[in-house]
Amino acid sequence: MKIEDYIVENIAELTQLKFSPGELSSIGNKMSEILELVEDMQTVDTTGVEPMSNPLDATQILRPDIATSENRRDVYQRSAPETRDGLYLVPKVID
Amino acid sequence: MNWEAIIGLEIHVQLHTNSKIFSGASTAFGAEPNTQASAVDLGLPGVLPVVNEAVYPKAVAFGLSIGADISRLSVFDRKNYFYPDLPKGYQITQMDKPIVLGGSVQISLDGGTLKEIRITRAHLEEDAGKSLHDEFPSNTGIDLNRAGIPLLEIVSEPDMRTAKEAVAYARYIHQLVTYLGVSDGNMSEGSLRCDANVSIRPMGGTKMGTRTETKNVNSFKFLENAINFEITRQRDVLESGGHIIQETRLYDPDRDETRSMRSKETAMDYRYFPEPDLLPIAIDDEYILDIKSKMPELPREKSERFESDYEISKADADILVSDPAIADYFEAVTKICSDGKLVANWVRVELLGKINKDSIENKAIPVSAEELGKLLNRIKDQTISGKIAKDILNILWSSPMVNVDDYINENELKQVSNTSSLEPLIEEVLKQNPKQVEQFRQGKTKVVGYFVGQIMEKTSGKANPQQVNQLVLKKLT
Repeated sequence: MKIEDYIVENIAELTQLKFSPGELSSIGNKMSEILELVEDMQTVDTTGVEPMSNPLDATQILRPDIATSENRRDVYQRSAPETRDGLYLVPKVID
Repeated sequence: MNWEAIIGLEIHVQLHTNSKIFSGASTAFGAEPNTQASAVDLGLPGVLPVVNEAVYPKAVAFGLSIGADISRLSVFDRKNYFYPDLPKGYQITQMDKPIVLGGSVQISLDGGTLKEIRITRAHLEEDAGKSLHDEFPSNTGIDLNRAGIPLLEIVSEPDMRTAKEAVAYARYIHQLVTYLGVSDGNMSEGSLRCDANVSIRPMGGTKMGTRTETKNVNSFKFLENAINFEITRQRDVLESGGHIIQETRLYDPDRDETRSMRSKETAMDYRYFPEPDLLPIAIDDEYILDIKSKMPELPREKSERFESDYEISKADADILVSDPAIADYFEAVTKICSDGKLVANWVRVELLGKINKDSIENKAIPVSAEELGKLLNRIKDQTISGKIAKDILNILWSSPMVNVDDYINENELKQVSNTSSLEPLIEEVLKQNPKQVEQFRQGKTKVVGYFVGQIMEKTSGKANPQQVNQLVLKKLT
């Protein structure tokens, strides 16, 4: 599948990346190559192979329902650009 | 043209846990902003989620209660989007392999008929933080205490046709999750939020119209208003030749209208993929059977049992079981006073009336079930009149330590029921009101009520009104 410029533009918007118009086709070409690799992989016969969501042959270990975290707001907010009244401040979001 | 609405709901239920779904931060309501947001909730580099074991039994119990399939292996996925109250840039949710698949519930419609509403799925996910848009002139404030709160999102099929049906369904789900202890069901604290998908089509049509999604409605009243507004709005658009845009809308309770949220030019693509930081979660039959064996009696079963065990009406039983705390209270009172009808009547009218008036939590009824039972027994054995009992209930409400029997004795509230002490009073009242006596003789028998009222007043409500009524009639005829 060929990744056209408009697809690159759409993905760039979703991922909040900015590319110059000149970059679009070379990025599109690289992405197309990745998809070609996937297409090659799809020729492998996987009949009878169970799909997996994780490469490890294990299941999740669970945690007891106990509130263990202490309030470390001051430490965390030290690395935030702007805070007020305990809130993190970001540029005004309208929607 | 007649239109038919097609409605489906997505209900987000906050699971009742001590800690968040993937971190050890507390879920307690009302904390100072960001004091319950851990490094995991903030999405700081290098952190890893660890699943809270308490969320699974709750999701499974819900699934069992609606007759759904429970996935033996469920998988978490990432849903990617950018918003400042989602620090990681993705929400951990379940897309392809949710924990609960299928199932259905029966809702009661006006007139007592039942309607089946199918449920598509229910999946576990984390909540996002809260954005405060109006606090600062040029900034949005972010509170991440809610980020990572465990949610069960329950998705219905588009089986509802009116706003009333949608509300009946949402109420039923609310009742169910409260009964199961899955959620505290506290709507004012955001424990249950609805997204309503609404479209309309010509009555009897088979094709679906374009739908809109009204997000984050947090009360049943608002849900009904929002859906009715959407139905009318869509009808007006279509009847004037326009077309409906598929979009997300927001309900504004102040103006009672839904508004388009800034529509995104490109359709949202969440780029779901399996969450690489979490392994699949496996549960076996034994685990499910264990949860099944611990499930409480469900509201419909309880209502039917109340009807037959206590010989009360279906309407009364339905009201009593609407909240498990009230149902338990009712049963505790009947252990002391065995007259189910009397208890049902008092709990339904007097107690719920007071609870609504004082807006207190049903769990926090100040009068113990034992004292109310004793009070009702004193009505039954005719020690006190119903009127006095209501006065005593008021006292108990504000001073829960009062003992009913002591209070009756100390304040000499016992019903005056011996004829010899009532008769002089009746004669006195008749003598003082010759005009009313004359009216009675001319056939206006309703004045008897006036005399009874006078005597009740003279005895400070301690007389038995039926008995006084009889004695007055005897004197007058």
